[in-house]
Amino acid sequence: MSTELVTMNIGPIHPSTHGVFRMRVTFDGETIIDAEPIIGYLHRGSEKLAEERTYTQIVTLTDRMDYTASMTNNQAYILSVEKLAGIKPAERGVWLRMIAAELQRIAAHSVAIGFLINDLGAWHTPLLYLLREREKILELFEMMCGARITNSYLRPGGVFMDAPEEFWPSLNRFLDEMPERLNDIENLLTDNEIIVSRTQNVAVLDKEDAINASITGPMLRASGVDWDLRHRNPYDFYDKVSFRRPLGTVGDNNDRYLVRLHEIRESLKIIEQCLDLIEPGPIKPDEVPFLVRPDEGDSYVPIEAPKGELGFYLVSDGGISPFRCHVRAPSLMNLTLLRDMVIGYKIADLFVTFGSVDVNMGEVDR
Amino acid sequence: MGPARDSFLFEIVFCHLSKDPSCDSVRFINLSFIPVELNWLSFSLTAFFWIFAFINAALISVLMLIWGERRLIGKFQARLGPNRWGPLGLFTPIADAIKVMFKEDVEPTLSDKLIYVLAPILMVVPVFMIFPVIPYGAKSFLTNISVGVVFVLAITSINSLSVLMAGWASGNRFAIIGGIRAVAMLLSYEIPMGISAAGVVIIAGSLSLSEVVESQIIPNVIFQPLGFIVFLVASTAELNRSPFDITEAESELVAGYMTDYSSMKFGLFYLGEFMATIASSAVIVTFYLSGWRGPSFLPIPGEFWFFAKWIGVIAIFIWFRATFPRLRIDQIMSLAWKGLFELSLINILVIALTMAIWPDPTSNQLIIMTGINWVVFLGSIYIFGKILSPNLTGNKIDKRNVVYGLD
Repeated sequence: MSTELVTMNIGPIHPSTHGVFRMRVTFDGETIIDAEPIIGYLHRGSEKLAEERTYTQIVTLTDRMDYTASMTNNQAYILSVEKLAGIKPAERGVWLRMIAAELQRIAAHSVAIGFLINDLGAWHTPLLYLLREREKILELFEMMCGARITNSYLRPGGVFMDAPEEFWPSLNRFLDEMPERLNDIENLLTDNEIIVSRTQNVAVLDKEDAINASITGPMLRASGVDWDLRHRNPYDFYDKVSFRRPLGTVGDNNDRYLVRLHEIRESLKIIEQCLDLIEPGPIKPDEVPFLVRPDEGDSYVPIEAPKGELGFYLVSDGGISPFRCHVRAPSLMNLTLLRDMVIGYKIADLFVTFGSVDVNMGEVDR
Repeated sequence: MGPARDSFLFEIVFCHLSKDPSCDSVRFINLSFIPVELNWLSFSLTAFFWIFAFINAALISVLMLIWGERRLIGKFQARLGPNRWGPLGLFTPIADAIKVMFKEDVEPTLSDKLIYVLAPILMVVPVFMIFPVIPYGAKSFLTNISVGVVFVLAITSINSLSVLMAGWASGNRFAIIGGIRAVAMLLSYEIPMGISAAGVVIIAGSLSLSEVVESQIIPNVIFQPLGFIVFLVASTAELNRSPFDITEAESELVAGYMTDYSSMKFGLFYLGEFMATIASSAVIVTFYLSGWRGPSFLPIPGEFWFFAKWIGVIAIFIWFRATFPRLRIDQIMSLAWKGLFELSLINILVIALTMAIWPDPTSNQLIIMTGINWVVFLGSIYIFGKILSPNLTGNKIDKRNVVYGLD
């Protein structure tokens, strides 16, 4: 039977493009023949704006890149500034930002899993269960720094304020409750016949392709590559805590879901170890000036953000603001293989795959 | 005029209008003023009264369902649901309806105007026609047509035409994909639905819905569980409800066939869909849950049992929606043709064989037949669900877990 190919613009305004992503997709009936991702609808020029702001002010710009993981954005940026200016951070500050980063990872993975299941067509139920857990994390953030999403919590040398007394019991309660909630989520989703048959062996990404496309984060680990910067190239105090790296076996959408789910459990373990190791003390060295003025030079410190390797390449000309700031955004890199992953699958798989890549358009377009 | 007056609902209004001597016993108060010669007038007035009553009852029940669904899904999702406007948020759907009516009615330039306008009407009107044939109680039905089962199945399948028309006429690619998906799916699920309904007809020995209810000494849900499961799944698909909502598929096709509809045209689709849920639930109650029959030792009217079961079935549909993710189109088609179709054939075969052995079963024989049906039910569900399903759907499913990186 002869059929006619249909080309459709999906996005930028569409319920499941996670922001303003656009795809020009060619279908043969229900089968995808071609998919061309088009980005740039959320470009706000953060990198250029950074050239006009002081090193401390730029922290607020990083919040707005991946707005589901502000703490880790702060962390990547601050680590780069510290290396550039040669600042040695205070110990308690580092522990606090590790706790914040791991909480942020749990929140970001909850959002990723929730919206993946929503893309699969669930009527918001698993999403809302996961957002309820994320809400508790946002309340913890509110205690830490007064903000829920755009935290701007970190400063060169540590953090800007210590966590208050009531933060610690709340955090303990969260750590006690979360494993049970995760069990509930897992009972609901992991062996769900529909989810399993929709996601297994769909959009398989093998090791070589993933490495060649410089894909990082849970997506790379789902393809079976043991690459976690917290383990390979420890920053902050990640060399003082022990955790396992869950890896996928096939590299399909189901593995990407499983890896994220298990990383949440590992993050909980890291926070517990941090709680054992953290000691009273200053949260920021007194000698760090408000206006950081590094010497000429450049720096790049990659960290393991929830979505993959995130790093800020900063060039200093000796002034109070960077000469050049470039962001290595994991969302953008992870998106590059979308076309190769979805060709030959059905329309419905396109959105599931896009959800399993877990991109954030704020970070892709910056 | 004869058959209509079998109906108690019809009779009671008719007799309060007409001075017909044959209905002296029915009158509560003697207010009738239309002489016997003008019986045709009484007849027409009664008919208009009941049409008015049924359409409005259906519309109000849709409002109630919208409220109930949102409240119930709220409970499923550990949140409150609508609770601001009116007691328990009861007026929220009314506010919604007013909002929908006042929206701008956009007609896309590329649309085929006539079909574009006809499609939402065709979605709503047939569903109204199901309510009058449903027996809500022993005598509470509006009309008892002798081919009720066929009528119901025929009327419920009209909406696939409406969906295709909407998808085609919109001139939108999301809409046409939704429309074509709808035709493929709805036609496929008609077949298991019809065949499993045949099992009900064999037991009843009649196509009349009243006799279907009266024949259920053991409710069909217990007597032929396989038929019930197939019918329930197939009606979920017919209603475009989750997990079979591929025609709308919010996360894929925006809103599927109704992407380009706005204002009250969209409102009509919304209305039609919810009303179809109510109507289909009533059909399931009639076919499988023994309709208005309840425990006979309790002095409770049959209408109560009917409405209780009705709300129960609707709640099951809402539960489905709150729980399941969506299936993919190829999985939906293989479920229909490689699963439900065969299961419904097995069901009708077993029912026909047992009925051939015991054409006029006593209560003991009925229990034996129920036992046979349950054995077949559990066996075939196990064989199809566990043993055959990977081969049938071509979807290899393995128990997956993560491995951990070595230090």
